[in-house]
Amino acid sequence: MLAKRIIPCLDVKDGRVVKGVNFVNLRDAGDPVELAALYDREGADEIVFLDISASNEGRATMIEVVRQTAGEIAIPFTVGGGISQVEDMKRILRAGADKIGINTAAVLNPQLISDGARRFGSQCIVVAVDAKFNPAWGEWEVYTHGGRKPSGIKALEWVKEAESRGAGEILLTSMDADGTKDGFDLPLTSAVSRSVGIPVIASGGAGKPDDFYEVFTEGQADAALAATIFHYKEIAVPDLKRDLKSRGVEIR
Amino acid sequence: MTIAIVDYGMGNLHSVSKAVERLGYEGLVTGGADAILGADGVLLPGVGAFGDAMEHLRASGLDAVVHQAAANGTPLLGICLGMQLLFSESEEHGRNEGLGILPGRAVRFGGSGAGSALGAGTDAGEGGISAGSATGALGAPGGLKVPHMGWNRLAFLQPDSPLLAGLEEGHVYFVHSYHVLPERREDLLAVTDYGHPVTAIVGRGNVYGMQFHPEKSGELGMALLRNFLSLAERDNN
Repeated sequence: MLAKRIIPCLDVKDGRVVKGVNFVNLRDAGDPVELAALYDREGADEIVFLDISASNEGRATMIEVVRQTAGEIAIPFTVGGGISQVEDMKRILRAGADKIGINTAAVLNPQLISDGARRFGSQCIVVAVDAKFNPAWGEWEVYTHGGRKPSGIKALEWVKEAESRGAGEILLTSMDADGTKDGFDLPLTSAVSRSVGIPVIASGGAGKPDDFYEVFTEGQADAALAATIFHYKEIAVPDLKRDLKSRGVEIR
Repeated sequence: MTIAIVDYGMGNLHSVSKAVERLGYEGLVTGGADAILGADGVLLPGVGAFGDAMEHLRASGLDAVVHQAAANGTPLLGICLGMQLLFSESEEHGRNEGLGILPGRAVRFGGSGAGSALGAGTDAGEGGISAGSATGALGAPGGLKVPHMGWNRLAFLQPDSPLLAGLEEGHVYFVHSYHVLPERREDLLAVTDYGHPVTAIVGRGNVYGMQFHPEKSGELGMALLRNFLSLAERDNN
């Protein structure tokens, strides 16, 4: 049986980690390579880098971060943000990333999923979906451009299309839950998990260990991602994993 | 001491060579026959489709070089697809002949030629769905997802093997749609459970294989790699 995965996410801009990181045992809390290595030592099962650089220079710097990270950590890592072409994917995978996350570009051009999966294998292609409940529809809508633009696409239909085009995983962020620390969006996560046969990574809303337990059981998620609660040591990865293990969740 | 990482144009070798360096050994990514045959240990990594990989190996003459290294008694470790290549054949994209250093074949999860590592059927099946383009089909027993991707637990069948010496069973990171059915039970060192026992580590003499990615498998993965490298080191002395 596969273990449920715990995934810290790092926002990286121009080669530096941005958005709160508060670690006392780091020389430089802004260094993504050092932070990834720390999470690896703590028992994280995977790392996600989200590149939020706005410039070409920033993205070029990300390639160097990927190369250094690949030499420092012994767990898989995913790079997402600003990837819109197969050539971008190739550069990042060549530098040593294991998976590529695509979001807006996939919605605008779903063929990108098919092309990436054919070229590099489904296991490399993670489709990131930002979803928000649309009361008029009574279901969730996909947003693009970092959650700023509604797409008019139903989330449950989109994840099925992503899977049929060869996505290997869905990284599902609930915009309703994100930042609340009130727990993951269980109805959304379980609805998506039931809609597809590929792993679903739940994101948005993590605040306490219970939230992870619930998203793995009731939410049927295969992995759970969080950022600030790990960066601020509100929850330490080893403690979280010990807690989940003691409650019968399959954990590495 | 030098460890050759065989470069035959399939996949990213950076992580493997970095892992070797991190363990304090010199890793040389090379497609050169002399460098491979002169190395103290040989790693055969691999990502992608079985048929393509064999074609690349044959076209560059590296199939014979890997055979020679194995025959010379040099410690040889196949990783992921590299492990599958060590066997006689694979049903990926029809039937493809492998290096044949170990007897057995790779079959698709839940495919027509399926079986478990501990109770292999004898009739070879004709499969033909690509590992690379697998679209999340529910193929394994019990509706398990294919590819088998993620952290799964090893069960050691031969804890006395030098490769497993001093280690405890734990989770390692798998990504694959095909799995190997070794012909000889005694070649099987460890399995993992994915609907049925799945070949995870094989070994015979100086030839070893790991279906998972030790370089992506945290502490346990690095410890397994370290054990292999110390075999190479021991043979060197």
